[in-house]
Amino acid sequence: MALPIYASPLERVWHYTYLVICGLIFLFLIAPILIVIPLSFNAEPYFTFTEKMLAFDPEGYSMRWYDSLLTFGMQNPDAPRDASWWRDVWHNTTWVQVTKNSVIIGVFATIVATVLGTLAALGLSRPEMPYRRTIMAVLISPMIVPIIISATGMFFFFSNPGFPYPTISFSPFEIGIGHFSLREEYGFKLANSYPGIILAHAVLGIPFVIITVTATLVGFDQSLTRAAASLGANPRTTFFRVIMPLILPGVVSGALFAFVTSFDEVVAVLFIADYEQQTIPRQMWNGIREQISPQILAVATILVIISIALLATVELLRRRSERLRGVTPR
Amino acid sequence: MKTTLILTTALVASGFAASAQELNVVSWGGSYTKSQVEAYHKPFTEMTGIKINSIDADNPATPLKTQVEAGNVTIDLADIELSDAIRLCDEGLLEPIDPASLPPAPDGTPAIEDFVDGALQDCAVATIVWGTIYAYDTTKFTGEKPSKIGDFFDTEKFPGKRGLLKAPKRSLEMALLADGVPAAEVYDVLGTPEGVDRAFAKLDTIKNDVVWWEAGAQPPQLLADGEVVMTTAYNGRIFNAIADEGKPFQIVWDGQYIDFDLWAIPKGAPNLEAAKQFLAFSTDTQRLADQAKWIAYGPARKSSASLVGLYQDGKIEMAPHMPTNPDNMTNSLVNDPEFWADHDVELNERFNAWLAG
Amino acid sequence: MTDTTALLTTADGKPLKSALAKSQGRARRRAFLLVAPLFFFVLLTFIIPIGQMLFQSVYNPTFTQAAPNLVRWFDENPAGSQIDEAAFAALAADLKQMKTDKTAGSAGTRINYDMPGTRSLFTAAARKADKLEPPYREALLEIDKTWGDPMLWRVMRSAASALTADFYLAALDLTRDDTGAIISVAQDRQVYVTLFARTFLLSGLITGLCLVLAFPIAHLLATLPLARSNLLMILVLLPFWTSLLVRTTSWMVLLQGQGVVNNVLVSLGILGEDGRIQMMYNQTGTIIAMTHILLPFMVLPLYSVMRPIPPSYVRAARSLGASSWTAFRRVYLPQTLPGIGAGALLVFILAVGYYITPALVGGADGQLISNLIAFHMQKSLNWSLAAALAGLLLAAVLALYWLYDRVVGIDNLKLG
Repeated sequence: MALPIYASPLERVWHYTYLVICGLIFLFLIAPILIVIPLSFNAEPYFTFTEKMLAFDPEGYSMRWYDSLLTFGMQNPDAPRDASWWRDVWHNTTWVQVTKNSVIIGVFATIVATVLGTLAALGLSRPEMPYRRTIMAVLISPMIVPIIISATGMFFFFSNPGFPYPTISFSPFEIGIGHFSLREEYGFKLANSYPGIILAHAVLGIPFVIITVTATLVGFDQSLTRAAASLGANPRTTFFRVIMPLILPGVVSGALFAFVTSFDEVVAVLFIADYEQQTIPRQMWNGIREQISPQILAVATILVIISIALLATVELLRRRSERLRGVTPR
Repeated sequence: MKTTLILTTALVASGFAASAQELNVVSWGGSYTKSQVEAYHKPFTEMTGIKINSIDADNPATPLKTQVEAGNVTIDLADIELSDAIRLCDEGLLEPIDPASLPPAPDGTPAIEDFVDGALQDCAVATIVWGTIYAYDTTKFTGEKPSKIGDFFDTEKFPGKRGLLKAPKRSLEMALLADGVPAAEVYDVLGTPEGVDRAFAKLDTIKNDVVWWEAGAQPPQLLADGEVVMTTAYNGRIFNAIADEGKPFQIVWDGQYIDFDLWAIPKGAPNLEAAKQFLAFSTDTQRLADQAKWIAYGPARKSSASLVGLYQDGKIEMAPHMPTNPDNMTNSLVNDPEFWADHDVELNERFNAWLAG
Repeated sequence: MTDTTALLTTADGKPLKSALAKSQGRARRRAFLLVAPLFFFVLLTFIIPIGQMLFQSVYNPTFTQAAPNLVRWFDENPAGSQIDEAAFAALAADLKQMKTDKTAGSAGTRINYDMPGTRSLFTAAARKADKLEPPYREALLEIDKTWGDPMLWRVMRSAASALTADFYLAALDLTRDDTGAIISVAQDRQVYVTLFARTFLLSGLITGLCLVLAFPIAHLLATLPLARSNLLMILVLLPFWTSLLVRTTSWMVLLQGQGVVNNVLVSLGILGEDGRIQMMYNQTGTIIAMTHILLPFMVLPLYSVMRPIPPSYVRAARSLGASSWTAFRRVYLPQTLPGIGAGALLVFILAVGYYITPALVGGADGQLISNLIAFHMQKSLNWSLAAALAGLLLAAVLALYWLYDRVVGIDNLKLG
């Protein structure tokens, strides 16, 4: 933003003050995220910069917290680091176990959310869709409803899937309430299981898929599908050869959003997951509440690097999509 | 639910189903869980091959109750306090435990006589006697040091933040003790509306200086981070912070609060037999004495007392650090489980309102 | 006009109108079929679970199951009837049953919700139930005089119906007196209204802070050349993509007594070693961390509204003699109002339901209503009350959501 030539000295002063204020706000946004990176290399178990660190003395820095990430929960951390040591890491290290869980749950939840979400977004973008606005509102609601409410609801339903229904007995005429329970009838429940937490995370990721995919479909020229059909393409070919390439960037960034939602989610895990399904954020929650050792900062640093990579991917996709659809950037 | 089925199949096929020979044991986390892992879990796994998953909770009684009430039990065994053991047993949420199934002392004394009074309950078996004390950071007070329970509430003489458990239990008793109520009368006073008002009035005097903690591992950390200058804590955790990490902490034993921790098995535990086997194994004389090697809590069996020796570093004599050591018992308060079984709900309500107001 | 349309036919001779309607119907069905799988998925794993949970706020059968004899007596004798020997006999029979079934604790807990201090009444009486002999009235009054309290009988009558509004009353700090009239609960037990008020107040404050911080940078981003603004945009988007727990951890590291901020202030000599500020485990911590976490949700809608505003408008105003402040206030600001509305509503909606951050950095006075719902879900296990609190919170959020849809439109929700 250039200063106009006619600006008065006072305006110049204001202009530079304004830039400084903006700089401070950007600092407020980014500093808390970057601060954990150097601190995670602290040689001491403190959360602040030691004098050695400030003097850039190599002794002030160390990889010990990253090393402790690897050995935390191992059976024989002090054994020589050969193949069996690494096997021990793979099978027993807490952070490795929770990472496996996070990836498994995240991937399955993303698949469910992306497939169902993309189909729905295609339907929602058709002008003929009935009750479009209402249905859209319902499908976006998992993002709006406070997570504590969703999680408690799922806790009860997944522990004992079923529903109350009115019962009427005629002598004497009376209305009561019965309860149908899948658990009591068939021993079926979802709580404390992988499918349960995957379904929960899929629901929470769906709004993001809907939003990103419908955004790519804005200005989607419906005549393209008609053109494809008139040229003899069947609906399947039309979908994979015409629609898919155009909406793909939206689908992929929606999938990434869904994955990150699952990867970052802790409340649903707290309520409906068991010991077996602990995820990275769940383990961080434990660590933060009880003991924020710099180990947590090492995990945080790794997560920040992952989010930088994801952000870069999404930005590239967005630009590609805008180029493809010929939409001028905002 | 087709999706579910497909996913389930996929997951089972990829080998993520839990194996049957595992026990889920819930305890309080931190150095206390570590002492159980070392003294009970490891030898048990070695002997039977049953893997033990150690799960942390702020208070294991709450996930246990949640699971049984929601009909969704995955916990096999939980370490809970006496009042919770009585309350949950009253509500029919725990498996009854037959004292005859527990191993006798090495000299043949049956378990029922070997355990200290109150350690054997209908649905639970005590492992340790522990104390809630308060501890301070010695570097924070140059002159006079805190030495009485009342000093915890004296912010003029001993300024600084205090850590306190975010629950009425123990906080209210402590307030009354500090207010000059003799230990023997605390529960009588707390049973009257005036007594409750009096306890809250005392807590009011430090309300603005309190940092609340919820998990047992938090208070040593709060002290170490300098977030508080003194805090209530479980004595064993402070002992471990001093012994293992050389922290400059000091325990004030005056007005300590003594309680049992007990093993209990929830109704509907998935591995009932293995849980009972583990319970019997871990409460034998040697195992209970072994635990004292890892944390400063007193064993619940009389026959274990003579086996308690040195801390795991091989240097520190454990006896003086036990909550049951007579020197540490001056003005001490023994938990009245019946009181808390009956008043837990109402005092929690009042406490929440007080906290929010 | 109508006549001509009616006469038009398609190539195969069908009337155009019906053929058109048919093909439109087909298109509608096809669109609906695409949406249907997701709709039912969301219905099953989200809407029905929440509905089932909310049902618990008005339905609690604990007492009806534990005390069938009393329920029958209450059915046969309308409110206001004399509490006769038959009533006490029913009570005694139920207490005996409770002893065998071990249900005295839960039945007592249910009554205790509405009349504090009565849980022990049930557990104590159940313990002695086997020794109860007629006349039961005298026998029970001997155990505890409270058994004759009309308030207790009023509460038991109300609990004897599984369908109840009691939990919504409790969630609003209300209760009934012994005649059944609705009154406030005692001062020292009021907590929920205070917490709802605090939740809305803090959310409002956080929304305000977000707006104040977001406006300048959104304006800067919108007026910079695209290449440079895209670069700066990364600074807004990176926090958005970073794990909530990572951001909360960072704030804990920064705000601790021995943390970075306090250390910097002390080493600069602004604070003394003893003067370290308590910025965490209180409201301050909640406000700072939540403002940071929600700030991108304000910047993005503001930016997308500001970007298309042509700079010539402000320039025109200036050339017509307006001061820069007037030009901003009269020309620029009004054009950004849609963005302000969208951002503020979104941030407010998200803030009202926050749980994790206040739980970790909020201490005692920085807790929000979500934390209390979690308390009743996980600690006190008063699930009906948790459901009632959740119902009230949900109603508030849905009202705001409806407003958002009306004012902004859900279609305009954008991510990054």
